[in-house]
Amino acid sequence: MKLILALIKRDLTLSMRQGGGVGTALGFFLTVVVLLPIGIGPDQALLARIAPGALWIALLLSVLLSADRIFQQDYEDGSLDIMTMGPVPFEMVALAKAVAHWLSTSLPLAIAAPILGFLVNLEPSAILPLAIAVVVGSIALSLLAAIGAAVTVGLRRGGLLVSILVLPLYVPVLIFGLSASQPGAAPGLTTASLLILGAIALVSLVVSPLASAAALRSYLK
Amino acid sequence: MELKAQDLTCERGGRIVFRGVSLSLQPGQLMQLTGPNGSGKSSLLRLIAGLNEAQTGSVELIGGSDDLSLGQQAHYVAHQEPVKSALSVSENLAFWRDFLGGGDVDDALEAFDLSRLASYPAGLLSAGQKRRLALARIVLVPRVLWLLDEPTVGLDTSSLERFVKVMAKQLDNGGMIIAATHVPLGREPDLRLDLGAAP
Repeated sequence: MKLILALIKRDLTLSMRQGGGVGTALGFFLTVVVLLPIGIGPDQALLARIAPGALWIALLLSVLLSADRIFQQDYEDGSLDIMTMGPVPFEMVALAKAVAHWLSTSLPLAIAAPILGFLVNLEPSAILPLAIAVVVGSIALSLLAAIGAAVTVGLRRGGLLVSILVLPLYVPVLIFGLSASQPGAAPGLTTASLLILGAIALVSLVVSPLASAAALRSYLK
Repeated sequence: MELKAQDLTCERGGRIVFRGVSLSLQPGQLMQLTGPNGSGKSSLLRLIAGLNEAQTGSVELIGGSDDLSLGQQAHYVAHQEPVKSALSVSENLAFWRDFLGGGDVDDALEAFDLSRLASYPAGLLSAGQKRRLALARIVLVPRVLWLLDEPTVGLDTSSLERFVKVMAKQLDNGGMIIAATHVPLGREPDLRLDLGAAP
């Protein structure tokens, strides 16, 4: 456990010092959300109706922006080779790197989402459900992004490919996340959707380390 | 304890790199791996480290730990350096200490004369200094087997002397070293394996 924490701590330090990660993602998120009302027009009722969906889609895209970097550098400089020779299972290494991505990128984005909601006339009653849903959903987003990052780690310019591979996996997160962010659609629907969203996050928690580690191993060979 | 490899065959991208390579290494022995470019020196080291799979044959550490894989009892120094530019020299080593378990960062820095540079960002190091930092990792965490791929590239004379001392200490403590290199290591190897000569 201490070893895993050391890895997460290193990745967080690296992402803070190198910059470009969370700053770019937040900037992109903000830009997409700002562009939306400009593109759609100042119809407040329409904006309020599409606000949760717009925020979710902007969030997905922003998370993917930095996804290809989860394993890239450690693969290129040989750190991953040595991590396979460490005392911890390689699956835990893959998980630690996904967790570090969540803490450094997805979580800040998720926290920013309800705040950016003001720009797209998000209904006040939807703020709290949206805030909870994006935080839960962001866990699944980072874990799934890690799979895409691992599958494309040895490819030059794999960033776009990550998006194409991972976006279909994001569909369930989007559907249930959106449904959990809209109170008043139907009684009980918000809670049920939030629970399913939680289940998706938990399934990703199990599948992502296994899949990422398997993909990385095949590249290292 | 003995490192024993038998009848190893390595295939990369459909081409047989080497076939039927066997080796045996006792504690305190240094093996020099030679051979022309592309003869599979790096592949053999990666294979022993468990990073690649052999098509045929097996590698085992007789008398080693039952719980750990061979890779977990070995250090592998590749030609690229796993050094993070955004971290300082000592932070780089401190991470590997925490991740691989145990060791004293200051001693490892001292072994390769990096103490002066401890708080220096690793991104500003020269190629030779980076190499020394990569080598400091193997001093930091004690492991019985060292697999070194061109370890002396970029080292100056005084660093080479330090490296020879470090190797001597590892061998005196009953460690084993396999080094792939064209140039003399600064110490006469106990065994030589020429992959170019292998059938």
